[in-house]
Amino acid sequence: MALLEIKNLHAKVGDREILKGISLSVDPGEVHAIMGPNGSGKSTLAQVLAGRELYVVTGGEVVYDGKDLLAMAPEDRAREGIFLAFQYPVEIPGVSNMYFLKAALNTIRKHRGLEEYDAMDFLNLVREKMKLMEMDQALLNRPVNTGFSGGEKKRNEIFQMAVLEPKLAILDETDSGLDIDALRTVASGVNALRSPDRSMIVVTHYQRLLNYIVPDFVHVLSQGKIVKSGGKELALELEESGYAGLGIEDEEEVARA
Amino acid sequence: MTAVSEQTGQWLEEFTNQKPFDTPAREELRRAAFSRFLEMGFPTTHNEEWRFTNVAPIARRHFQRQLWEPKVELPAGVERLPEHEYRNWLVGEQHPFVALNSAFMLHVVMLRVPRGAVIQEPIRISNYACQNAGDPPVVHPRIVIVVGAGAHCTIVETYAGTGTYFTNAVTEIVAGDRAVVDHYKLQRESLEAFHVATLQAQLGRSTNFSTHNISLGAALARNDVGAVLAEGSEATLNGLYIAGGTQHVDNHTVIDHAMPHGTSHELYKGILDGKAEAVFNGRIIVRKDAQKTDSKQTNKNLVLSDNAVINTKPELQILADDVRCTHGATIGQLDAEAMFYLQSRGIGKGDARSLLTYAFAQDVVDRIKVQSLRDSLERVLFEKFHEHSEQ
Repeated sequence: MALLEIKNLHAKVGDREILKGISLSVDPGEVHAIMGPNGSGKSTLAQVLAGRELYVVTGGEVVYDGKDLLAMAPEDRAREGIFLAFQYPVEIPGVSNMYFLKAALNTIRKHRGLEEYDAMDFLNLVREKMKLMEMDQALLNRPVNTGFSGGEKKRNEIFQMAVLEPKLAILDETDSGLDIDALRTVASGVNALRSPDRSMIVVTHYQRLLNYIVPDFVHVLSQGKIVKSGGKELALELEESGYAGLGIEDEEEVARA
Repeated sequence: MTAVSEQTGQWLEEFTNQKPFDTPAREELRRAAFSRFLEMGFPTTHNEEWRFTNVAPIARRHFQRQLWEPKVELPAGVERLPEHEYRNWLVGEQHPFVALNSAFMLHVVMLRVPRGAVIQEPIRISNYACQNAGDPPVVHPRIVIVVGAGAHCTIVETYAGTGTYFTNAVTEIVAGDRAVVDHYKLQRESLEAFHVATLQAQLGRSTNFSTHNISLGAALARNDVGAVLAEGSEATLNGLYIAGGTQHVDNHTVIDHAMPHGTSHELYKGILDGKAEAVFNGRIIVRKDAQKTDSKQTNKNLVLSDNAVINTKPELQILADDVRCTHGATIGQLDAEAMFYLQSRGIGKGDARSLLTYAFAQDVVDRIKVQSLRDSLERVLFEKFHEHSEQ
């Protein structure tokens, strides 16, 4: 059975329809890349799956792990194993990274019927995961994402993912704003988390990230619909001919014209 | 509106019946104060200083006077001055409630920190009021602290109680040259109480003074905080006010840069829920001689409900030309992006709200240097926001 089954999903923000009938099936352990030009709806799809209220679902359904995903609050989706790595991680002054992550982890563990971690267990876990992401431990005591560089923020997202161990990770343009070294670190962190019982949806504009995180499937999104699906070679094809080669224009430009 | 004479009538009767002080000078002060109070009466909302705070619930009520009996903890090295030495220190009787305090206070806590003494432990003055049978009580706390040149001390005032009562407090701090004085007031009065408090500080040359005004309780709270700076002195006025239900909290501050090279920092933060109303009025005066003044004022408000009201107003009176004064006020809601971020990590909506609300208050709490006070405040805030999140 598929872990995630999206059927004919429609969503809008304000009066503007952004997703216009998306269907996608993700099995356990699979990595799906969603590619597309700016404004095609990639990030909207990621946010809708995580439960952002800004977007209103106007049609279709999403079944996750046998449950109606769209009926669940964002926190319940997270507790059930969905994780969104944000394109723009939010700065939260006044809340320490450590406190935040421990609260998140223990809520999720409690939900899964596992014992909550005490400070010691938590610290040990966190040390190990930070090593994986080559992160400075000092970041733990800082407020969430506050004053972090672009690269630190993205690492922090994948670090959180490593700690929370989701069943379905959605990576929203995790490569944006990263230099090549940071990209390698982030990608190797993600690859270390690949496992037969963890699926991933990797949203990206560029093929570059997919050299490091090699997907099982690639889908091309245009104007709120998947216009082409294929294997990892589709990404290479796109790299060569660009979105224009598929007859797709940059949709923000179109909207502006 | 009730005539001023009716509202002051009960006070007149009580004043006339009270036993005179033994010291004629002190009795004279008291009489002068009372006649000032009679002239002014209780302020109405026509008075600019009281425009957003209606004290009719106090003025209309009959209170019975109660002896003020605080718990006073004095660290070694702090001296208690005899009460008969009391004279008019800092506060003029321009404020009706200060005049009322001067007219009705039964005793003063007068303390002196000797020149050069460095007192580590805080001076604690803890107040607890409670309503018994009959009319609700009124207490008029009066504190005078004289800090000698170069001395260091910390003062913690706390106010708490049960039932309906009226606290009308006045604190005067005279800090000598180069003294370092940290003052804290934690107001956790009962939610049926009235709390009116005036703090006035006079700073010497190169004196460093800070006050942290934490306002959590009372149905109606009004704080007047004033500091007059001398040459090169530094004043920090921080405040945190949290109000819900139908609470009303009003903070009026006046920073008076009377001499050159003074520095002042002011940070007041408010969290409002329910139908609460808050007022922040921050006046900064830079007098003609006060060149090279550096002053910064910030007021930030977090409004959690559609029915809460905040009136915030900076009042800058700058008469010198070579100064730097900045001010800013914000009124905002919880950040929707931050809420979603926390929820997307499994943290429930209620917990996310309380976490962000707590975070908003954090920088004022972090500035509290007395560990025990900070700990107890953190506990109180944690419970308070948790309670909110359950709704």
